[in-house]
Amino acid sequence: MTRLINRQPSRYSRLVLGLLPFIILFVIYLVTSDARLAENPSDKLLPSMGSFADAIIRMGFEPSKRTGEYLLWQDTFASLQRLGIAVGLSAMIGLVIGVFNGMIPYIRSPLSPLVTALSLIPPMAILPILFITFGLGELSKVVLIVIGITPVIIRDIQLRTDALPSEQLIKAQTLGGNSWQIILRVVLPQTMPRLIDAVRLTLGSAWLFLIAAEAIAATEGLGYRIFLVRRYLAMDVILPYVFWITTLAFAMDWSLKRISILAFPWYHSAQGARND
Amino acid sequence: MTKTEPPIIQINNLWKEYGDNVVLERVNLSVQAGEFVSIVGASGCGKTTFLNLLLGIEQPSQGEILLDGEPLDPEPSVERGIVFQKYSVFPHMTALENVMLGQEFSESSLSSRLLGRLFGSARRAAKAEVLDILEKVGLGPAADKYPSELSGGMQQRLAIAQALIRKPRILLLDEPFGALDPGIRKDMHKLTHSLWEEQKLTVFMITHDLSEGFELGSRLWVFDKTRHDQQAPERFGANVTFDIPLSTGQENPEQLAKLQAVKPSAA
Repeated sequence: MTRLINRQPSRYSRLVLGLLPFIILFVIYLVTSDARLAENPSDKLLPSMGSFADAIIRMGFEPSKRTGEYLLWQDTFASLQRLGIAVGLSAMIGLVIGVFNGMIPYIRSPLSPLVTALSLIPPMAILPILFITFGLGELSKVVLIVIGITPVIIRDIQLRTDALPSEQLIKAQTLGGNSWQIILRVVLPQTMPRLIDAVRLTLGSAWLFLIAAEAIAATEGLGYRIFLVRRYLAMDVILPYVFWITTLAFAMDWSLKRISILAFPWYHSAQGARND
Repeated sequence: MTKTEPPIIQINNLWKEYGDNVVLERVNLSVQAGEFVSIVGASGCGKTTFLNLLLGIEQPSQGEILLDGEPLDPEPSVERGIVFQKYSVFPHMTALENVMLGQEFSESSLSSRLLGRLFGSARRAAKAEVLDILEKVGLGPAADKYPSELSGGMQQRLAIAQALIRKPRILLLDEPFGALDPGIRKDMHKLTHSLWEEQKLTVFMITHDLSEGFELGSRLWVFDKTRHDQQAPERFGANVTFDIPLSTGQENPEQLAKLQAVKPSAA
């Protein structure tokens, strides 16, 4: 009998074991939902699969009676646009400031304490300031996400830059590189895969800030819709929306990982099989 | 090589101290172009500090190091090539790109200065030169591989090719073969020796392996302290206590015996 720590599930049983918790949760839901609905057919807390299907068709595939829009897609587009702009902006700012902070002492000295201080401000606490300053439109939502995740990305990139072996930088200097050339050819390419990692890790917080901002002031968006239908206890809409958001987040995470593997094979081969 | 030629490296009354801790004291040496200097000594006796001074990442506390009669640049530059024990190559570039970086940094063209890259005919010329030197170190077939796909020995070959592409005045080797298997180490010795003869290099090599120092060097330096203070060992620095000319290619048993006799006190 081998030790438990040495026993590996096969490929097939790994798949089954991975799916098992989801199936159990689903079955528990079905049973409890049935039990509640048998007692009170107009119960709203745990809707049946049929009401989910109705809600999904109503939100996603029929034009809204009031505006004539397909609400699910309109919300998705609005939210993804905000998220995309904000995360892209944060990644760009984070990369530039992180690399320069890491490489140039005369930039690091004034900027590093500032970045640390900013990263300690709870972004939600300054949301009112953002609404007052930037109005209730798109800008304040994007700015909230940027303020929330950029400091994390900056610090991560800076750590990555610091972790480059000094031998590499000395070597680059003996090859005649000036500061700019070394940053561009040696440092920047090596921080790119780390940037993707940092974006993947901060996507969760980005969604959090997005939905919080939409809940407070918006006229469309996934977070806005969830908080709107909350008033009617419309679990048949809220749960599919949550499921949809989760799916979108998963798809983003997965695509970023694929992009990283395709674009930076040297990074992933050096890391070995630890990439799950 | 005659002694009337000006030395390539002239070291005048060199001292290096960190606060009260004296690492090197009163080092006076000169090296002619084409010499292969093996540097040995116990750990902590200032070999690496000496190499860092030559490399320009540390500055002398007193005295000076002259390269071709001029004081060394206070930062690493193209006159000095370096091969470390590891981390010498760039993991995100193929072997070819690793070596070509030297030329891409150096051209005076706009693309080199703005982007650190070469294009068109300049790139083709650089590539031909790089393939040539990769062939010389035995990496011709591996030109398109990333360092993580190369063995330890091949990575060091790559590091040597990279260090030679800019034709440095002096080549510094910091325990370059310390992490390699004995068999591969022998191959690397052959390669280093033939490159040294063929390209008329001036080499400084730190090594822990005395026989390696004898086999490759044309001159052997032993770093050790000449004065000891039992109460304050850091008060006195090391110097070159033995400066032995070697006939390369064969070990001189007499010299080896003499050196091993003094070694225990050094260790």
